[in-house]
Amino acid sequence: MENIITFAPCVLLLPFLMFLFLGLTNYKWTGKQAGIIGTAGITVVAFCCYYIALQYFFGGVGKPDGATAYQTITVFNMEWMKMSVAHPGLTISIGFLLDPISAMMLIVISTVSLMVHIYSFGYMFEHGHYDEGMQRYYCVLSLFSFAMLGLVLATNIFQMYIFWELVGVSSFLLIGYYYKKPAAISACKKAFIVTRFADMFYLIGILIVSYYTKTFDFVEMNTLAENGHTLVGNSMEGLTFMGLSLTTLAMFLIFLGGAGKSAMFPFHIWLPDAMEGPTPSSALIHAATMVVAGVFLVARLFPVFAIDAPNALEAITYIGAFTALFAAVIAVAQTDIKRVLAFSTISQIAYMMVALGVARFSIEGVEHVETTLGFTASMWHLFTHAMFKAMLFLCCGCIIHCVESNEMAKMGGLKKYMPITWACFGIGCLAIAGIPPFSGFFSKGEILSACLENQCTGIYVIMTLTAGLTAFYMFRLFYHIFYYEENPEYATSEHKPHDQKWPMTLPLIVFAVLTCVCGFFPFGQLITASHEAIEIETNWFVEGVSLTTAALGIGIAYVLYYKKNDKPAKIMAKMQGLCTAASHRFYIDEVWYGITRSFIFGIICKSIAWFDRHCIDGFMDLMGWLTNRASSESKDFQSGHVQQYAWVFVMGVVVIGTLALYL
Amino acid sequence: MIPVEMYLIVSTLLFFIGVFGFLVRKNLVGMLMSIELILNAVNINFVAFNRYLFPEQIEGYAYSLFVIVVAAAETAVAIAIFFNVYRRKGSETVKSIRELKH
Repeated sequence: MENIITFAPCVLLLPFLMFLFLGLTNYKWTGKQAGIIGTAGITVVAFCCYYIALQYFFGGVGKPDGATAYQTITVFNMEWMKMSVAHPGLTISIGFLLDPISAMMLIVISTVSLMVHIYSFGYMFEHGHYDEGMQRYYCVLSLFSFAMLGLVLATNIFQMYIFWELVGVSSFLLIGYYYKKPAAISACKKAFIVTRFADMFYLIGILIVSYYTKTFDFVEMNTLAENGHTLVGNSMEGLTFMGLSLTTLAMFLIFLGGAGKSAMFPFHIWLPDAMEGPTPSSALIHAATMVVAGVFLVARLFPVFAIDAPNALEAITYIGAFTALFAAVIAVAQTDIKRVLAFSTISQIAYMMVALGVARFSIEGVEHVETTLGFTASMWHLFTHAMFKAMLFLCCGCIIHCVESNEMAKMGGLKKYMPITWACFGIGCLAIAGIPPFSGFFSKGEILSACLENQCTGIYVIMTLTAGLTAFYMFRLFYHIFYYEENPEYATSEHKPHDQKWPMTLPLIVFAVLTCVCGFFPFGQLITASHEAIEIETNWFVEGVSLTTAALGIGIAYVLYYKKNDKPAKIMAKMQGLCTAASHRFYIDEVWYGITRSFIFGIICKSIAWFDRHCIDGFMDLMGWLTNRASSESKDFQSGHVQQYAWVFVMGVVVIGTLALYL
Repeated sequence: MIPVEMYLIVSTLLFFIGVFGFLVRKNLVGMLMSIELILNAVNINFVAFNRYLFPEQIEGYAYSLFVIVVAAAETAVAIAIFFNVYRRKGSETVKSIRELKH
């Protein structure tokens, strides 16, 4: 425990200091030096994180002798701001909360961040020199690591909100890294505005909840009272707003913030465009860590959701299930390899949301059919997905580096040129498709059986269908890149595609190993909603069905895309409407654009602008005009004519004298 | 003996003639002369009150002498200024000097 207290501040402070140091002195370093400094810093942070997480899980810190459940430990909690007037006792603190999910997130964030730091050395080195903005890049990566660690370790919802916005800013900066590219600029603005829009709901939710509970603290909010309800549920008991329970409403608003960050429908539009950023940062932010912040948020407040706002959780399930299927369908029709992965990320995060949505909290002594298996499955999938999706993105980075294009049409037949990338990409595809023994098989299987165990058969069917689609589009991507038809340019080109140097290959291999082994981690022992170990049984029916659908998906992809043939074109011709719609992402972007144009710009902004121009500006103009008139009227008073002054003086004396005499 | 009111009437007339002259004369020298009239009205008051109220003391006479001396000095300075004004502006009217408003 004492050791943890020494290492804990380091985890938060070091990346922040690194950000300040690199940000303030970036003119002093070459890109390579800045990269080495940043990587050294994140290495230290990663080892601190591993140490803390291992001590927590296995070193007896989280589970002292004799305890059956993991403890929630507040390592430190400093008062930062006190709201004494309106709400005495309501304080905002900055702290460090350690419980199973935050310990797990420590491992995920530090591993992916470290690997991305190393990988970026190779990725940013092009045509014999390092990218000129590399100092800025590493500086923002440090900022992101700091913000993300602060987010998962937050002791209270307000601290989480602060770091939540910080990750949003660093995501904005990294998407807009190539600031000379107009597409990157509009993508970073889109990402920022969409997530900010969703965060507005999050903030409203926080305000409602903290108004009634008089606290921001997660531990206090989640604590179960005597009557089996949480503090949030108790303090808002019986309150309704427009026929909805206020608890449900507030928790749903909080979830909407999470939906923005986690790219749930209809806020998913920013994520595919965010692929304009450098590929390693996409791997870190838009595949492994930041986009799961929404899932983490729901998991963090899971007792409140499950006990006091089950309707909100139900809504999460439906939104998640729809998003999963919807994004998978779009992914099938995309031709940009990073966009395929982006839609696949949306779909997989939706899986995690669904798993949380179907999970229910079983209170002791009350007979419940529902189980909390979904919670464990969700966190498990978060972990495994972070590893294999980061790897897939990094593989894409290697491929893009060689081919210098994101389009599938420029690729094909890369297997013989890039064997290591081929192997890693293949492992990633097998994992995401849910083929044993790779990690995705286990976590996805648990999600599906959680759906079935909690009587959500409809959801189960949708998710299984999505799993089949996932297998299909991932292998479509895989065959398109590595088999299909070789691009004739490779044979004649001077720079043949090749596996990259070690900084880019090492992270791939590390992730590939992790993807192979992390399915066997005892997640049921470590991460559960009640912090007590649960038994995870393999549901053979579910596994059988999902394996069959996955095999079917892969089989169809093999038939269509292993070798160049005219079947895909024929199928596309048959389903032309669906294909066009899917390749245009079902026009959701256009709908948003239309709403923004006609409603927000056309009605709200115009009326506000009118009010600003005519009322606020008018009032200011009136003040100016009055002052102007008053001074121009009174300026003749000071004429410079001595005799005029003397007249005023004499008359003044007369008036004062008269008053003195007669009053 | 002439009553003190007579002196006061004379000095009041003199004072208001001075004030009137100061307010309406266009010529600088005329304004200066008006000021002299005001000062002399004060002098008459000093001397008259001294003579009628405290005949055995001389503060009133002394002050009137002071006033005469100060008025002479002031006249010297003012005339010097008027000369310069006349040289620069080519005019001796009060309207021609308005610079102090800036």
